[in-house]
Amino acid sequence: MDKRVYFRSKWLPWVLMAPQLAIIGLFFFWPAAQALLQSVQQSDAFGTSVDWVGLDNFRNLWNDETYLASFYTTAVFSSLVAVLGITVSLALAVYADRVIKGAMVYKTLLIWPYAVAPAVAGVLWLFLFAPSVGVVAYWLNAMGIEWNHLLNGTHAMALVVMAAVWKQISYNFLFFLAGLQSIPKSLIEAAAIDGARPWRRFWTIVFPLLSPTTFFLLVINIVYAFFDTFAIIDAATQGGPGKDTAILVYKVYFDGFKAMDLGGSAAQSVVLMVIVIALTVVQFRFVEKKVNY
Amino acid sequence: MVERRPFLTFLTHAVLVLGVLVVAFPLYLTFIASTQTSQAIVQTPMPLLPGGHMVENYLAAWNGTGGGSGGKAPVGQMMIVSLVTALVIAIGKIAISLLSAFAIVYFRFPFRMLCFWAIFITLMLPVEVRIGPTYKVVADLGMLNSYAGLTIPLIASATATFLFRQFFLTVPEELLEAARMDGAGPMRFFWDVLVPLSKTSIAALFVIQFIYGWNQYLWPLLVTTSEDMYPVVIGIKRMISGGDSEMEWNVVMATAVLAMLPPALVVMLMQKWFVKGLVDTEK
Repeated sequence: MDKRVYFRSKWLPWVLMAPQLAIIGLFFFWPAAQALLQSVQQSDAFGTSVDWVGLDNFRNLWNDETYLASFYTTAVFSSLVAVLGITVSLALAVYADRVIKGAMVYKTLLIWPYAVAPAVAGVLWLFLFAPSVGVVAYWLNAMGIEWNHLLNGTHAMALVVMAAVWKQISYNFLFFLAGLQSIPKSLIEAAAIDGARPWRRFWTIVFPLLSPTTFFLLVINIVYAFFDTFAIIDAATQGGPGKDTAILVYKVYFDGFKAMDLGGSAAQSVVLMVIVIALTVVQFRFVEKKVNY
Repeated sequence: MVERRPFLTFLTHAVLVLGVLVVAFPLYLTFIASTQTSQAIVQTPMPLLPGGHMVENYLAAWNGTGGGSGGKAPVGQMMIVSLVTALVIAIGKIAISLLSAFAIVYFRFPFRMLCFWAIFITLMLPVEVRIGPTYKVVADLGMLNSYAGLTIPLIASATATFLFRQFFLTVPEELLEAARMDGAGPMRFFWDVLVPLSKTSIAALFVIQFIYGWNQYLWPLLVTTSEDMYPVVIGIKRMISGGDSEMEWNVVMATAVLAMLPPALVVMLMQKWFVKGLVDTEK
């Protein structure tokens, strides 16, 4: 793993490392330590007095119904985003893999949304579904569905899920396509000679061989839904109506910067940190397994 | 394709065309809305073909003369902020990651692996889990409403460092021996051998990090409060903060198109590196 030959210098490596270490120290580790510290403290709104309160902030969170509701919202939101995103992009990738002529064209047209900023994606979907001007909202009304995500929590959830899935399709699609193209054609042909139809071949050969990709994407999509969708939600629904689309990250932001509850917000940050660490560990255990394949 | 069946081929293209249409529809409608007058959009259903007001809408957005109820900062200025931010973040991340990966692979120094793991652990500390305290650090350093505040805290990169380290480990040791034989010092070796060899990785990372920088939302939302430092992504959100009928959707949508254009162009023009970058950064 290490190089046998290397440069000898006492000071140069530290000079080279300095910028990176300074930034991670100042903007990552110090604030993270502060968050840990604040999570066991309670300060008043003006920041004049700070009391040590132990685990009270966490206990308050546990007893806070809006926080538990936010957990539930996040769970619903991220499972919908992950499952829908993976299903749709797998279907598209399977069909795109069959195409010989024009494959590049489809690919180029499908990877577009990756470049769109989440906040802009939120605005675009808001525009489609805005109750008074949105085209899709108008069509839905014409079909007898009274669409109003400003009043109906389910509609609001559907709106942010659609925007989040739309943005993530391109990413999943590219990984599935790469996974499909690495499956040996001889396996598929052998099954075809044995008389297996496309549908059967997909479930008995392609899908099992793709499972490492699928699992990897599942983790990535959950992380995405947890952390990278803040902008979509802030642009499209602002966590509303009520708190129906306020996922955990939105609540951390709202409590810390709008409601100025530093201790509570820090405790929520710590909970989120634990979640990220767990997800990262799962992801890397899996990556190691893939190497042994 | 294993068998030749016209129906399957037809189905394949039908599904893909449908997929492309659904994916492209919001973008299409955005473009259409940006060519209409605001009255035409408010009349439901809005027209689905381009109107004739494209130039004036884009000019109104660019100069900030739209008459909507939300924020009216000129998009031209915001585009410059976004561009500078995205470039500084992308280039900064690549530069400091190249340097630290070089130090980790080509030198022996105390706490070397500790440094590596410290960089690696930052993967587990996204902005979202430490927003309050990080904001405080930036505020105490007086970096609010500045390019430094917008970019420096986002420049550290575990993925890029990891990627370059993996790549440097595969560089044959004979190259280093040969360079030393010719009398090249460490920095000379870095500039004339390692950097040219890493060109494709650098290009791939650049695409990914440029998009990452351009699309930042939460962080700029916290550290910028003055209109002339808003990136375009924040600007567009502020435009829709009024009610949904009195808004000038045509100008908002023109802004959206402008905001999407640079990252979309980068993805389209550098598609090969984009795909490589995506795959590499997730390893």
